[in-house]
Amino acid sequence: MRRLSLTIAAAAAAFPATAWAAGALEGAVTKQATNVTAIVMFFVFVLATLGLTWWAARRTRSAADFYTAGGGITGFQNGLAIAGDYMSAASFLGIVALVYTSGYDGLIYSVGVLAGWPIILFLIAEPLRNLGRFSFVDVLSQRLNERPIRLFAACSSLTVVAFYLIAQMVGAGQLIQLLFGLDYIYAVVLVGILMILYVTFGGMLATTWVQITKAILLLLGASFMAFSVLMAFGFSLDALFTRAIEIKGSNRIMMPGNFVKDPWQTVSLGLALMFGTAGLPHIMMRFFTVADQQAARKSVFVATGFIGYFYILTFIIGFGAIVMIAGNDSYLLRNAEGVVTGLRGGGNMAAIHLAHAIGGDLFLGFISAVAFATILAVVSGLTLSGATTVSYDLYSRLIRKGRADERAEMRVSRIATITLGVVAVGLGILFEKQNIAFMVGLAFAIAASANFPVLILSMFWRGLTTRGAVAGGVAGLVTAVGLTILGPGIWVKVLGFTTPIITWDTPALISMPVAFAVTWLVSRLDGSVDRAAADEVFEDQFVRSQTGIGVAAAQSH
Amino acid sequence: MNVALRKKIQANPKYRDLVARRMRLAWLLSALMVVIYYGYILAVALMPQQMGAPVVEGGVTSLGFPAGVGVIVFAILLTGVYVFQANRRFDGLIREIVEETR
Repeated sequence: MRRLSLTIAAAAAAFPATAWAAGALEGAVTKQATNVTAIVMFFVFVLATLGLTWWAARRTRSAADFYTAGGGITGFQNGLAIAGDYMSAASFLGIVALVYTSGYDGLIYSVGVLAGWPIILFLIAEPLRNLGRFSFVDVLSQRLNERPIRLFAACSSLTVVAFYLIAQMVGAGQLIQLLFGLDYIYAVVLVGILMILYVTFGGMLATTWVQITKAILLLLGASFMAFSVLMAFGFSLDALFTRAIEIKGSNRIMMPGNFVKDPWQTVSLGLALMFGTAGLPHIMMRFFTVADQQAARKSVFVATGFIGYFYILTFIIGFGAIVMIAGNDSYLLRNAEGVVTGLRGGGNMAAIHLAHAIGGDLFLGFISAVAFATILAVVSGLTLSGATTVSYDLYSRLIRKGRADERAEMRVSRIATITLGVVAVGLGILFEKQNIAFMVGLAFAIAASANFPVLILSMFWRGLTTRGAVAGGVAGLVTAVGLTILGPGIWVKVLGFTTPIITWDTPALISMPVAFAVTWLVSRLDGSVDRAAADEVFEDQFVRSQTGIGVAAAQSH
Repeated sequence: MNVALRKKIQANPKYRDLVARRMRLAWLLSALMVVIYYGYILAVALMPQQMGAPVVEGGVTSLGFPAGVGVIVFAILLTGVYVFQANRRFDGLIREIVEETR
């Protein structure tokens, strides 16, 4: 138990970058006593979302409905859903815990996760909406030879989704154990079953509305917590910080700490977060749920606003936890000498304890249920994006060459969802004791090194060829995975060697330039392409990406 | 899209105007965001003492706090600038281009 005390701090100190990347859920977790209010609230939420799924299922008839809700989501709704995708339980509880233990460092993390969104708006969102139909791979396959590029992109997407999904499942199991006192295996199976139900029956429509519901609840809950904390200090930040310094006994919490030790790794992780966001399949998928580029644009603006607001709140909530949990023995663990050694239930419980300190059992139950809802919504989005890759990119486009019967395609997508769900539960159980932090970092690094370079070059660089794109993407993927395996996260912690071959945990600073360089070089040396014909295709695509002309025909839904 | 139609769009001065304006704005704002974000990261990594110093004499709120919140607010503002410009200028141009190609 004592080990739990500084899980986040210890992890952050030992591996600043990965702890930062995962934002959370480090170290061991203890099962909590069964929390009745939380379970009642949780059942209310589950019933409501199942009702939502039943409603959505009757409106999900075609493949387009399943993949993109028929393109009928508004810009504002989609913005909320994107924000929901991004405000995961891991980031909420994790950042609050990080602020609780290390103070200022939590804010550095928050800034990092937000910084990618403007780039997505400026460069990616509108062309993506104008060029794609169901998945971002559509964009690549317009200019490039469809078979190799779809095969590559499907593989790299599934890799990203798999790592992200495992991390979320393990986090989910630990959290539910923490919040509701359920056994880990039951918790993971429960998440798996609910997620399969939402996605199989309700498709994108249900997934989106579960995401929106949860985003609103989480924003309300976090706003109330931050408001209560500030009210207790007469809305003076200085008063809040002064008290926090008194309790911590040092003003170290007001300055950057862990990220200072290795600036290059911090920069590398910043790259992965900034550009990886623009390469995450489940995020890109959201842009096809709106009608046009105007709505896509609006949704990023809305999402950026809500995400930014939310992360500023988590910082205040973290300081609130420092001042309001301290001195209350129902939240703290003490050793034989009476010295505080940590939080009951582990470091990640800071936000949950604060909820109790503010609003008693009722608010504690509310926040716990919202945290659970958050996990469900995020894993549903991930699973849907994986299922889309399997049934649309691989089955419909590659195997059936675009001539798939719609009913058969729907059936494949549902089988894929169930398979992914079962695999996710299995891997979640298998990886229970593993450090999940590096998996999220790896998912971001692969997205930034394999998906992002190929995507952005296919939109803006005339000289890109199929061979260049596949070679560069594979180079980015292999470099990112290879460096991660040789780094401390796997080489030392998993494989048991004493010294890592590479001291970095975050490969993006190397693997991203490698991907761009290989793409450029192979494209330039590629003699197999008729440049004049390729130029025509690029011009065509560019005009469409700018104006949206020709898109109407593509989205028949 | 057939070649004639595409050539017609590309010859339209409004299309050229749209592409030039949008590309300039998009890359400029992206560069600004990258500079601000990495400026902040480098400041945090290389000058932790300065970032930890109080904003006002006698206070405890450190310089890093307004700096970090500033980057977040700045990011939101930049997206606002882009959306405002796009709604005001680009959408009108796109509509006109689409109508003129009919």
